[in-house]
Amino acid sequence: MSKLETMTPELRAFVEEWKTKPGNLIMVLHRVQQTYGYIPREIAIEISRLLEVPLAKIYGVVTFYNFFRLQKAGKYNVQVCLGTACYLRGGDDLIKEFERQLGVGLNATTKDGLFSVEAVRCLGCCGLAPVAVVNGEVHGKLEAKDVERIIKIYRERG
Amino acid sequence: MAYESYVLVCGGTACCSGGGDAVVEAFKKELAEQNLAEKVQVVVTGCLGFCEQGPIVKILPQGTFYVQVQAKDVKEIVAEHLIKGRVVQRLCYDPEQAKKLVAEANIPFYQKQYRIVLRNCGVIDPEKIEDYIARDGYKAIEKVLFEMTPEQVVEEMLKSGLRGRGGAGFPTGMKWKFAQQQPKGQKYMVCNADEGDPGAYMDRSTLEGDPHSILEAMTIAGYAIGATKGFIYIRAEYPLAIHRLEVAIGQARELGLLGTDILGSGFDFDIELRLGAGAFVCGEETALLQSIEGNRGMPRPRPPFPAVKGLWGRPTVINNVETLANIPVIINKGAEWFSKIGTATSKGTKVFALTGKVNNSGLIEVPMGTTLREIIFDIGGGIRGGHQFKAAQTGGPSGGIIPPQFLDTPIDYENLAKIGSIMGSGGLIVMDETDCVVDIAKFYLDFTVDESCGKCAPCRIGGRKLLNYLKKITDGRGTEQDIKDMEAICDAMCKASLCGLGQTASNPVKSTLRYFMDEYMEHIHDKKCRAGKCSKLIQYKIDPAKCKGCTLCARKCPAGAITGTLKNPHVIDPAKCIKCGQCEASCKFGAISHG
Repeated sequence: MSKLETMTPELRAFVEEWKTKPGNLIMVLHRVQQTYGYIPREIAIEISRLLEVPLAKIYGVVTFYNFFRLQKAGKYNVQVCLGTACYLRGGDDLIKEFERQLGVGLNATTKDGLFSVEAVRCLGCCGLAPVAVVNGEVHGKLEAKDVERIIKIYRERG
Repeated sequence: MAYESYVLVCGGTACCSGGGDAVVEAFKKELAEQNLAEKVQVVVTGCLGFCEQGPIVKILPQGTFYVQVQAKDVKEIVAEHLIKGRVVQRLCYDPEQAKKLVAEANIPFYQKQYRIVLRNCGVIDPEKIEDYIARDGYKAIEKVLFEMTPEQVVEEMLKSGLRGRGGAGFPTGMKWKFAQQQPKGQKYMVCNADEGDPGAYMDRSTLEGDPHSILEAMTIAGYAIGATKGFIYIRAEYPLAIHRLEVAIGQARELGLLGTDILGSGFDFDIELRLGAGAFVCGEETALLQSIEGNRGMPRPRPPFPAVKGLWGRPTVINNVETLANIPVIINKGAEWFSKIGTATSKGTKVFALTGKVNNSGLIEVPMGTTLREIIFDIGGGIRGGHQFKAAQTGGPSGGIIPPQFLDTPIDYENLAKIGSIMGSGGLIVMDETDCVVDIAKFYLDFTVDESCGKCAPCRIGGRKLLNYLKKITDGRGTEQDIKDMEAICDAMCKASLCGLGQTASNPVKSTLRYFMDEYMEHIHDKKCRAGKCSKLIQYKIDPAKCKGCTLCARKCPAGAITGTLKNPHVIDPAKCIKCGQCEASCKFGAISHG
């Protein structure tokens, strides 16, 4: 059982600021995910009370959009682009190689909590295809043999 | 004070992540050390478009164009070019012709381009409003507010012939007119920056390179239709574009170009950002509005169109980023000037993200009516690695695949529709003979099935069925009846789906069936994939004449499918082979091949 998250003062202030604006839910959920790396259930319950929105609606919105996640990602989240340009230049081979070397499936996190692998839609740097992004750092023009090197970079950072 | 020289470093996403950030830092440091900081200004610009060769550095006033620049090259550029005035030949594009090609105007990649939308990308610092103003920025809004009535603005847009660049090509002026004619009251202006097509990044580059042009265009549109509030709906996956827009909105508010009483005209208009969250269907306008309202992004039937009943039930105009970027120029230079560019029905230019198996990937802008051949072979520099051109794909998952016989068709909305594709938002993906069209159709269907919101049955069920048939065919279990069934499903999806996503989702299947039926038949009858992509149909073979019996492949094979004794030719058991390709990669004698 992982520990329960608690609402940070910054998040509470953000919700207060947005409370009266129409169409605030997605913006608030973005802030939640920015704060915790995912949408924790206990925070979603809190948001539901604060915004006076049913929890079921929040769940509906969170599961509709690819960007929101209900589980915590690894410390290093490897996003492999599967846009068309990356696909044609071997993006799916990269995913297979990451999965093989890290021993996890797609959208799962390694036991030590260090890595998770995710397939994402076009990241918009098709000139660098195929591309993988690790915590915002872009690695472009990759081949399967580069995967080991990339994993090593982050493993060494710990 | 004026600087003697300017160092322009491309700050687009591809260049930044390719080492561009470090190049900027290195220039600043080196110039300070050489006491040149007063004479040479370093400018981080928007995307210069030539992403394949990034990071790009351009030096003004000479216009020298350096490619693949790294931080370690900076010292040499400063010492040679900026101090001694000598071009660093080894960093120029195509060193053999370096003497002729040093300036951007001499590089074939740029010669056939015509930049309206991207006019400021790679020229100005996108985080400085002064740079935008210096290039006639916010001149159009001044003209509109003080010299034109809203009706005249709409009339000008109608005359220009500008059509929506998001995909469908609806005349922008018409959209504005509908919204303008609605009774007074709260109206909204929305910018659709939810660029979801895989393989397309035109809007991202425009927003990153020239954010103020979008703010200005939205304000003009707001004035024309009578809206006081604007929203930019942008993908959360584009953090740099979001940052630049936030900076730009702050600067515009400070100078009184957004907010109440703009430039003292009495007109109020303000813009807020709303983040998308990764749903392709939200590019559809009614779904996008749902998403801004904070709901699941599910489309609804039209009419009523958003121009009548949109955001929170109020009249709303939704324009795509590229459409908007044209507007200030049309106001400044006039509808007549704009309508002279392009073809009879499609005016102006189109930005394409040219990617795939082409030598020069990048962002390009060409007049409507340019042919595919000019784009792929003149600008794109032909196919990579000496391969053959097989097809081009436009319009992403909603578009079609264009075979070689249409290379000379001038590209505009009507011609693309005629040959079974669409203009789409501007992704242009080039394929060679190693790409399998059935596999590509499967890739796109996989995407649309994943992104279908599930509201209407034709899209939800039809897409899944099509995908299953395509899987069956690529696995070598397909029949001719499957093709007939697929054609019927395509037809039903087209006619009965609720929104653009479902109506166009079958296009990749339809166009591949139309032009590459022989390849489908090969998959079905001969159980063969000529591109060697569909792994279940690949057979690995050892050529006994070339095999030396070294046993390496047998040791590498994870499935134990290769047998043979030392110094005698080996054989692969197709029943055990898992088609991983490790044997072919490991063979030192080139004895193993697949087909």
